[in-house]
Amino acid sequence: MTEPTLTETPQQADRATTIYEKSVPGRRAAQLPPLGKGVEETPIDQLIPAHLLRERPAELPETSEPEIIRHYNRLSRRNFDLDTGFYPLGSCTMKYNPRLNERVAALPGHAKLHPATDPSDAQGALQLMYLLQESLSEITGLPTVSLQPSAGSQGELAGLLLTRAYHADQGRNPTKVLTPDTAHGTNPASVTMAGYEVVKVATNEQGGVDVEDLKSKIDDDVACLMLTNPNTLGVFDENIAEMAAMVHDAGGLLYYDGANLNAIMGQSRPGDMGFDIVHMNLHKSFSQPHGGGGPGAGPIAVSERVEPFIPRPQVVRIEDEEGAFYDLDYDRPKSIGRLRGFQGNFGVFVRSLAYILSLGGDGLSEASQLAVLNANYLKKRLSEGRAGKYLPVAFDRHCMHEFVLSGAPMKKELGIKTLDLAKRLLDFGFHPPTVYFPLLVDEALMIEPVETEAKEHLDAFADAIEKILEEAENDPELAQNAPYTTPVRRLDEVGATRNPRIRQS
Amino acid sequence: MSEASYPEDLKYHPEHDWARIEGGEATLGITWYAQDSLGEVVFFEGPEIGSEVTKDQPYAEVESVKAVSDVVAPVSGEVIAVNETLADAPEAINADPYETGWLVKVRLSDPLEADSLMDAAAYAASLE
Repeated sequence: MTEPTLTETPQQADRATTIYEKSVPGRRAAQLPPLGKGVEETPIDQLIPAHLLRERPAELPETSEPEIIRHYNRLSRRNFDLDTGFYPLGSCTMKYNPRLNERVAALPGHAKLHPATDPSDAQGALQLMYLLQESLSEITGLPTVSLQPSAGSQGELAGLLLTRAYHADQGRNPTKVLTPDTAHGTNPASVTMAGYEVVKVATNEQGGVDVEDLKSKIDDDVACLMLTNPNTLGVFDENIAEMAAMVHDAGGLLYYDGANLNAIMGQSRPGDMGFDIVHMNLHKSFSQPHGGGGPGAGPIAVSERVEPFIPRPQVVRIEDEEGAFYDLDYDRPKSIGRLRGFQGNFGVFVRSLAYILSLGGDGLSEASQLAVLNANYLKKRLSEGRAGKYLPVAFDRHCMHEFVLSGAPMKKELGIKTLDLAKRLLDFGFHPPTVYFPLLVDEALMIEPVETEAKEHLDAFADAIEKILEEAENDPELAQNAPYTTPVRRLDEVGATRNPRIRQS
Repeated sequence: MSEASYPEDLKYHPEHDWARIEGGEATLGITWYAQDSLGEVVFFEGPEIGSEVTKDQPYAEVESVKAVSDVVAPVSGEVIAVNETLADAPEAINADPYETGWLVKVRLSDPLEADSLMDAAAYAASLE
């Protein structure tokens, strides 16, 4: 056992271990009962062909049930999650994940449905998917939704493949995709992966797209303009209709990155703004838990002109005299094809539809209003006192669901960087905001408080920032060496990148 | 180095790059301000020897803990050397951006281009 030292918490002294290190030969969590009377034991080599049998047993951890429970419970306590506290990670929409979603997703009819079930035996599931398609269609203002993409990133790639298919169908092959310099990093990455050239568009003084710069870059070689609105500065671009007309006139499409959809649900619709393709992150706007790369969904909604090219199969509703039947439609000759096996991560669809139906249209609309109200309240609080002095708002105007502060004056005058402030916030029990993004704001802090946080949490967060800045006026080292109370202290990010250890020794 | 410095013998590009012009050749790198803004550099991806770099266009990437950023060429020319030591020790870009942290050497294709670059005083003033 490691003794905690005076400067170490017991949790810090307790080094992270894997379940394999807990293994003790012969220890078991369960014992199978002996075979019943009259049941004969068959040797395994009579059941499974010899070439498929292991030469030696799998090296599985050998532990008792209480040890397993303790191990994973201990690991969960070393984590910071939404159930622990305020998590204003900008652009990630860390909203509460209602427990009702979990209850519904766990129903055996949902959880135990086999993905290869014939549509005639999976009518309920297909109806659920159809309802989700229809709901997302209404929310985005676009006629057709495909649930196939399994993540926002795959939704982006799908959108660009649709763009290519749309132009190819007209005998065109434009090579450029325009993205503003505030774009999420995934946008240029997806563009490059899809074989297009990224052309960056500048930001104007209000934080929106510089329309003149856009105009100078639009020609018939532009395949599409990729935008997030509101953008990563939390600013809604009022020039969107004008920009859409410019791009459409040149033969290009408009792509909407739905990362920030939480700001506009029930308020404005990408389809009405002129967008042709939208991807949505169900884990952001529609309360599916964010999981470490776990099952996801990044549905896309498209305009009429893009509809022929969407992935197949598509869930469709067929009505005849006997009633409605839900089916998988493979008869889509212009489709870009399948994006994944089976029909997607079904549990994600269940949770998101549960969320949409339990809030209803008015509820979703109110959620967006509250997300914007919370962001503006917190922005106002942080424009006062020391935060106002050391952390000015970038592009100061009414924001949408998030806003960006610049830590440049703090770095210059107090000698602590945005990273130091972020680490010190952990000691106050808050997850830090997104840092160093967007890139065009020096020492950026991107704060998205979401609609499910009460005023007292927003106030406590603002108070913590004030306190940290006050500390730093007297002793900058306090922040520079933070955090102190977390399961591990400051991580060596540089060492981890330069000399990664990707195997456990 | 912890203190900002902008040597007098270099020419500067507004995208925070420097060039040391010697006859028909130039050594290129990023400025103290650039490396300070990036934070600790963890990876440098340079161009191939023999490739062409074009003034105002990206020719290499530097990756820091914060971001991957393009390095913009202050002058045009053919790459005749790449700082190979950066592969194992990219931290030289932080520690000494003007000497051991140089990035590439080029043979200038248009020596007159350098006239449009800033001197140290003008560059330092542009950062204010």
